[in-house]
Amino acid sequence: MKAETMAVANHDEVWVERFAAIDRITHATLFTTFLGLSLTGLPLLFSDAAWAHTMANLLGGYGVTGTLHRLFGFAMLFCFAFHVGRIVFRLYRKRGPTMLWGPDSLVPQPRDLFQMYDHFMYFLGRGPRPNFDRYTYWEKFDYWAVFWGMGIIGTSGLMLAFPVFFSRFLPGDVFTLALLVHGEEALLAMVFIFTIHFFNGNLRPEKFPMDTVMFTGRIPLHELQDERPAEYERLVREGRLEHAFVPPPLKRLDLVGRFVGTIAISLGLVMVALTLVALLS
Amino acid sequence: MSLVPRIIAVAVLFLICTPSLDAKPAKAKALPAPTTDDCLACHSDPEATRGDGKPLGRDLGKFAASIHGQGGLACTDCHADLATAELPHGEKLARVDCATCHSDTAEKHAGSVHKAQSCTGCHGVHDILPASDPASRTAHANVPATCESCHKQPPGPAGRGKSIKDGFHVGKVLAEYGESAPVCSTCHGAHDILPPKDKRSPMHHDQVAATCGTCHSDVQETWDKSIHAQMIASGRNAATCSDCHAVHGILGTEEMPRWRVAATQECSTCHASKANTYRDTFHGKASSLGYERVATCSDCHGNHAIRPKADPASMVSAQNRVATCQKCHPGTGENFAAYDPHADPHDRERNPVLFYATMFMKALLGGTFAFFGLHTALWAPRSLKDRRARRAAHAPKQPTSGDDEGGRA
Repeated sequence: MKAETMAVANHDEVWVERFAAIDRITHATLFTTFLGLSLTGLPLLFSDAAWAHTMANLLGGYGVTGTLHRLFGFAMLFCFAFHVGRIVFRLYRKRGPTMLWGPDSLVPQPRDLFQMYDHFMYFLGRGPRPNFDRYTYWEKFDYWAVFWGMGIIGTSGLMLAFPVFFSRFLPGDVFTLALLVHGEEALLAMVFIFTIHFFNGNLRPEKFPMDTVMFTGRIPLHELQDERPAEYERLVREGRLEHAFVPPPLKRLDLVGRFVGTIAISLGLVMVALTLVALLS
Repeated sequence: MSLVPRIIAVAVLFLICTPSLDAKPAKAKALPAPTTDDCLACHSDPEATRGDGKPLGRDLGKFAASIHGQGGLACTDCHADLATAELPHGEKLARVDCATCHSDTAEKHAGSVHKAQSCTGCHGVHDILPASDPASRTAHANVPATCESCHKQPPGPAGRGKSIKDGFHVGKVLAEYGESAPVCSTCHGAHDILPPKDKRSPMHHDQVAATCGTCHSDVQETWDKSIHAQMIASGRNAATCSDCHAVHGILGTEEMPRWRVAATQECSTCHASKANTYRDTFHGKASSLGYERVATCSDCHGNHAIRPKADPASMVSAQNRVATCQKCHPGTGENFAAYDPHADPHDRERNPVLFYATMFMKALLGGTFAFFGLHTALWAPRSLKDRRARRAAHAPKQPTSGDDEGGRA
């Protein structure tokens, strides 16, 4: 077994699947609606900024941005509902144990805290890179930050979109809070995604300028060995490695990923620049 | 004076002047006051010149058509010094004193802000026409142009109308309604214009409402009951018409939707802190992007009839605020109307929940970015180092993890 895997490991054309099609589609829907919401929401969040009026006009004027923002918001909430529905369905199908705990789970576990500490030590040159498994601590943070964000921003957004309905059973002060939370959480989400998440996933020197795994779903086997040795060992140990092998990603899909990724990263960085201009002036 | 005297005048002129003006005519004796025709004998000759070569004719020809000419006044009635002067007279004449006839008007003018300016600046000289003549400088429709010859830009706070013709009163109403439209003199007066600081001026802050009220009496009646009017009446400073309505740049009702949004600026001149909290709300944010379908100050507070919140008749009183919200949000009730449209995140007394929620959000954002900022700042150089090492080694396996993996595999 060992000799066999080592043989294929040195072969460039061996790829393993990291993200299933359904996850990639969910991610694509998520970042499309996220970019749409950011573009249409930013002028309103920083309505006092010098660029706000121009930006809103470029997108068709406030009346249009307001409508688009609601449409993107509903689309994102449907995507969120679909994802939550899928989790519930999988739990119902007894996939609970591996989903809720263990190396294939996105649930934060003590191991993540230790690995985070080790990673900092590695940054400082005081230790090896931690023995990461399928999901690293920063990937889990990204997942749950978005999960929490969609819950908070989605709920407050619905309140702001339908104030008359919500005021039937909620006090008036809730809307002031909803606007505050909606804006601040959105600011947090935007700047986090456009700087930290982009750096972790794409812009850091090892990945620069981008990693198309979220489009192709596949990584070369050597990358699995390098970056997620614990997962690799686990697959080997459990005899599942061969089952994870997939053909190389379609060249076309990789190109689409690079094209869309370039647009998304550029838009994101421009919006971070606009945010900085607004906050600093 | 019609054709006959003119023909005579021309004939006389030919007889007297044709020989040559260079050769000065023999010194005339001091005659009884010269008649207008005597004067025109020289002053309507297109070729006659003064000693310095300037033409003598000038615009005296228009005198006959002027109100003074039509009224039968002779040149010497104004130029009294020429009644006894030898002809041809010298170049320097005594200053004409309009007060000789127009004593009442001159008295008003002497007390006005224009006292240093002469009558002729507005009325002209020999060609003065009655205000009823459409060609007159002081004809109703021509007043703005006459004033504009000095007041290129109307005085007042910057940005309030570039030219008086941009304003609604002069720019539009005048063209449409003629005589009944307001021009400069309608509000400012004519001969007796006083500086706005003078309590007697119709432009004095306390008088503005009454001045505007001469035409807009219904508005003045409504405004009189407002908190603004009551404050002014009790000697305090508050907004009058001109504080909200850009004095010379007043807009027409067709501009109403745009101005309704822009007018929040006018309110903020006095109510700065309220304007700031308004701009934090959805209404304020959307309106500052130029969106016209959201509430601005006047939608909740009213405009001319603004009353304090404690007044039951106020639009924002406890009794009326549900109805006020319902103007835009049908079906809303007490809960909705209890929303604080001027909530201040810095005011712990007024909005404690918002105050602490704001602090929490700031801490959440600050904490997240501080942690991940550090994380990224430390990772970036390390990642760069790894990338270089990997390239240098030209090996498919990364050195650090390669060792660990080898040990474990």
